[in-house]
Amino acid sequence: MTAVAALRAVCTLMVMVALCGMDRSAVAADASPPKGVKVYQVDIRNFAFAPKALTVPQGAHVVWTNRDEEPHVVTSAGSLFASSKALDTSDSYGVTFSKPGTYTYYCSIHPMMVGTIIVQ
Amino acid sequence: MQDIHDHPAGGRRQFLKCMAWAGAGTLWLMKSGVLHAQPLGAGTSGTAKDASFSFVQISDSHIGFHKAPNMDVAATLRQSLALINAQGSRPAFVLHTGDLTHLSKPEEFDTLSGLMQEAHVGRTFYVPGEHDVIGDNGAEFFRRFGERQQAGGWYSFDQGGVHFVGLINVLNLRAGGLGSLGVDQLAWLKNDLAGLSPDTPLVVFAHMPLWPLYPSWGWGTDDSAEALSYLRRFGSVSVLNGHIHQIQQKVEGTITFYTARSTAYPQPPPGVGPGPGPLQSVTADALHRYLGIRDVRHVRGVDALAVTDEVLS
Repeated sequence: MTAVAALRAVCTLMVMVALCGMDRSAVAADASPPKGVKVYQVDIRNFAFAPKALTVPQGAHVVWTNRDEEPHVVTSAGSLFASSKALDTSDSYGVTFSKPGTYTYYCSIHPMMVGTIIVQ
Repeated sequence: MQDIHDHPAGGRRQFLKCMAWAGAGTLWLMKSGVLHAQPLGAGTSGTAKDASFSFVQISDSHIGFHKAPNMDVAATLRQSLALINAQGSRPAFVLHTGDLTHLSKPEEFDTLSGLMQEAHVGRTFYVPGEHDVIGDNGAEFFRRFGERQQAGGWYSFDQGGVHFVGLINVLNLRAGGLGSLGVDQLAWLKNDLAGLSPDTPLVVFAHMPLWPLYPSWGWGTDDSAEALSYLRRFGSVSVLNGHIHQIQQKVEGTITFYTARSTAYPQPPPGVGPGPGPLQSVTADALHRYLGIRDVRHVRGVDALAVTDEVLS
């Protein structure tokens, strides 16, 4: 990593920390959904997110499950929510979206895989 | 390997033998500034004689993978490394073109290191695959296997009058994109090559293909065209990649592109099937035969894979 890239990474981290401090309720990344919250599923299959675009109400909990033999990593474009760890076959990752908006995400190791969560 | 069809159920030993043959690696012979490829273990003592030096490329060992069609990727890597030591003349070094591990886990890196040390194959140069940089942007990979020439991890070195360049195209990938070199690395590459005479043979290696091999499966690098523009003034350029677990070869002017097989498992040819995952739709027995056929063709049908415009798949 170059000094510039390192600085950029540190800055990104600082911004994320700052954002978390400002608005904790925007997005919460967690494996288990809060009680009483509706859960929406996104399957990762054949190197694609299904559904590719998903519209959910504010406060919804979205769970990605990897159905491929290959690992995948759910990563928010613009770091609007925390990335998953490497999801091996059958691994899941959940995020609660408490703020309306369009959240584009991709697989950081297969970046041609792109999906969108629209929170209304 | 001979009569493989007569022993379709030869068991694990036979299977591993096939895997080693199929995915062992490539012996590269440098002859008068032009690279000649040969599958490792093809009986190279004769053809290696007039080479000024040789090196071996292995790729995609995916330590940590434990599913069909290969439950023991450590064993198939070990077999590949044994073939390196079985060469008549000792290769100058080994290149590992990435995806050492499956999930970038410390214990997977440990296993890979242990296997490499145990095999005593000598100097080994590594570049990371996307599987080696998960979660930490490659920090663990670079700590263990980095050359530490440049902050970004890319590097170059000279061997026998040939200039070798190791590039990194699996970091800072953007949504919807392919592999990426980035402006810092491109600037360095331009500068690194600037002082070289055009008759200097070049070997450039990176994990993901440096040409648009099959972009819809992510088999390419977004800014490779810029890098290639720096290479075109040279008379002999070889670009070696991994990532796609199969041999694909192509010539563009003085640049020859080559992708290596995996020591772990094959992937389907471009566009065949729903995605580029492990080729596991075949049973273990069928895989034997499949890999066996591929081997026999390459090992016995072709004496040496010279640099030609033939597509080998």
